[in-house]
Amino acid sequence: MPTNLASGTEYDTVGQKRWVWPAFAIPGVVWLSLLFLVPFYAIFAVAMGRIDPILNRPVPEWNPIYWDPTVFAEVIEDLFGGQLSSIALRTIGYVFVASALCVLIGYPVAYFVSRKAGRWRWLWLMLILAPFWINYLMRMMSWVNLLSPDGQVNQILGIFGMETFPDWLSGKHYVVILGLVYGYIPFFILPLFAALDRIDDATLEASRDLGANNAQTFWRVTWPLSRNGVLGGLVIIMLPMFGDYYTPNLLSGSPRTRMLGNTIDQFINQTTSQGSVGAALTIVLMVFVAGLMVYYLRTINRATEEARR
Amino acid sequence: MRNQWRRPRGLILVTMLYVLWSLIPVAIAVRFSFNAGRSRSTWQGFSTQWYVGDPADAASVLYDPSLRFALNQSLKLALLTMLVATPIGVALAIGLARWRGRGSRPSNFLMLFPLVTPELVMGVALFLVFDNLYDFVSFGTVAQFLGHVTFSISFVVIIVRGRLFAIGRDYEEAAMDLGASPTEAMRRVLLPLLTPALLASFAIVFALSIDDFVISQFLVGGADSVTIPVRLYSGARLAPPPSLNALATVLMVITIGAIAIAGLGFKYLGRRLGSGGDSALETVGRFEI
Repeated sequence: MPTNLASGTEYDTVGQKRWVWPAFAIPGVVWLSLLFLVPFYAIFAVAMGRIDPILNRPVPEWNPIYWDPTVFAEVIEDLFGGQLSSIALRTIGYVFVASALCVLIGYPVAYFVSRKAGRWRWLWLMLILAPFWINYLMRMMSWVNLLSPDGQVNQILGIFGMETFPDWLSGKHYVVILGLVYGYIPFFILPLFAALDRIDDATLEASRDLGANNAQTFWRVTWPLSRNGVLGGLVIIMLPMFGDYYTPNLLSGSPRTRMLGNTIDQFINQTTSQGSVGAALTIVLMVFVAGLMVYYLRTINRATEEARR
Repeated sequence: MRNQWRRPRGLILVTMLYVLWSLIPVAIAVRFSFNAGRSRSTWQGFSTQWYVGDPADAASVLYDPSLRFALNQSLKLALLTMLVATPIGVALAIGLARWRGRGSRPSNFLMLFPLVTPELVMGVALFLVFDNLYDFVSFGTVAQFLGHVTFSISFVVIIVRGRLFAIGRDYEEAAMDLGASPTEAMRRVLLPLLTPALLASFAIVFALSIDDFVISQFLVGGADSVTIPVRLYSGARLAPPPSLNALATVLMVITIGAIAIAGLGFKYLGRRLGSGGDSALETVGRFEI
């Protein structure tokens, strides 16, 4: 920092006094401290607090010295061997199958629109962006409508002479998984599209000039160059999928398709006296997604550090 | 060796099927919002009764109180959030981009954290803090507004910061070489150059807020603070009339309208003010979840 020797006040390169920039940041930092950091801590305070025996509601313990891990220990015990273990395994299973399907369907789509769409590229781009502007709940509601007993899916099956239909909307694993894929795949395609779009045509031409055929060029040049886009897209869809409760609720509503998010929703939104169990489950959820969060955090941070230079 | 320039038929087919699969269900839902009958699966003729129908039936978006309240609540929250989160976010972006002292790194992390936290976790956190610590904040509009601003700020910072780095400091330094004070340089050079990012931020925050479900649902206070997405969620499985489709369609039109206005403005301003116009679509698209 250059210093104005005459006055002793320090200035930065655009001549602002040094306290100016932190002052700009203060409202946002205070807001996020009070309404993000403190609430985040409240999850731990409630999970490790006690239950008021008279009012039968959780009392948060703000001082970590007095934390009482009873409720949390019960939840952990349930997670290894209790009912919760099957819910946790199901959540992981749903998320992995749905993510794999997103890659299988999303990669060719992103690849085509970014590299092969030709003069109609803008139109294709608009079409794959369209789901972004349509509310998630509206998109799920549309499927509830299609799959209801007198819905269009059964009407079409009826045309082909099918008489009896499964009850699509109660406890079908594949319906929930397809719902997750349908809901989140646009968010996978977009970052991948951006990554594929950045690949310089010259690298692909060089690969062909050196004798590689189309398949070799794809596997040895395009795919490695798009791997970060695939990873980024996966993180972006897996984070909200792990915390999803509305998709299984709308497309099934049965205990057979319950995910971790459903139990949290149940303990927080429907029964206040169980708030500490809900908070403990939220901590479990965070442990599940911690790796994804750190990866995502590092990616965004690196991107901004590069832009800064 | 096969011709590398041949038309990729398989890819076209997959993409076409994907686009049809992703849009047809919604198109059907929109179509049945104009159904003349009460069915959402049998077409009985065109009508706008589920949008503006008779006040006596109270069955249209305009006259069914629960639907109209939801529309009001969503619009109110989105406008309030937009007006508060954008200035805070712009200031934070400028501050974080230029502040190099102690405290700048933790502040930067604090700003990034909401972006990577699952909404469910944020919803639980806000619910618990309003329930147990900030009990002077009542559930409903105020809590929802505070929650929406909280998750919106970081998006504004990311959008504005990209533009700040693209602009650099040269213009401001030139203004000061020509005699402007630092404050004048900021007001008359930096802020006008930031206009496209500002516009994009307004639109993104509006869209994020009006489309939000999880935070709105966790912080709902009663029937009067139900938003459109919360109303869609609670009504979808109860064999609703097509007025619910009409409500969803209204939400879709509002969101697309906001994004279109911002996209056009961004493109126009971007061209007038230099770099950044081409990536309008991507910038506007990337952050909408």
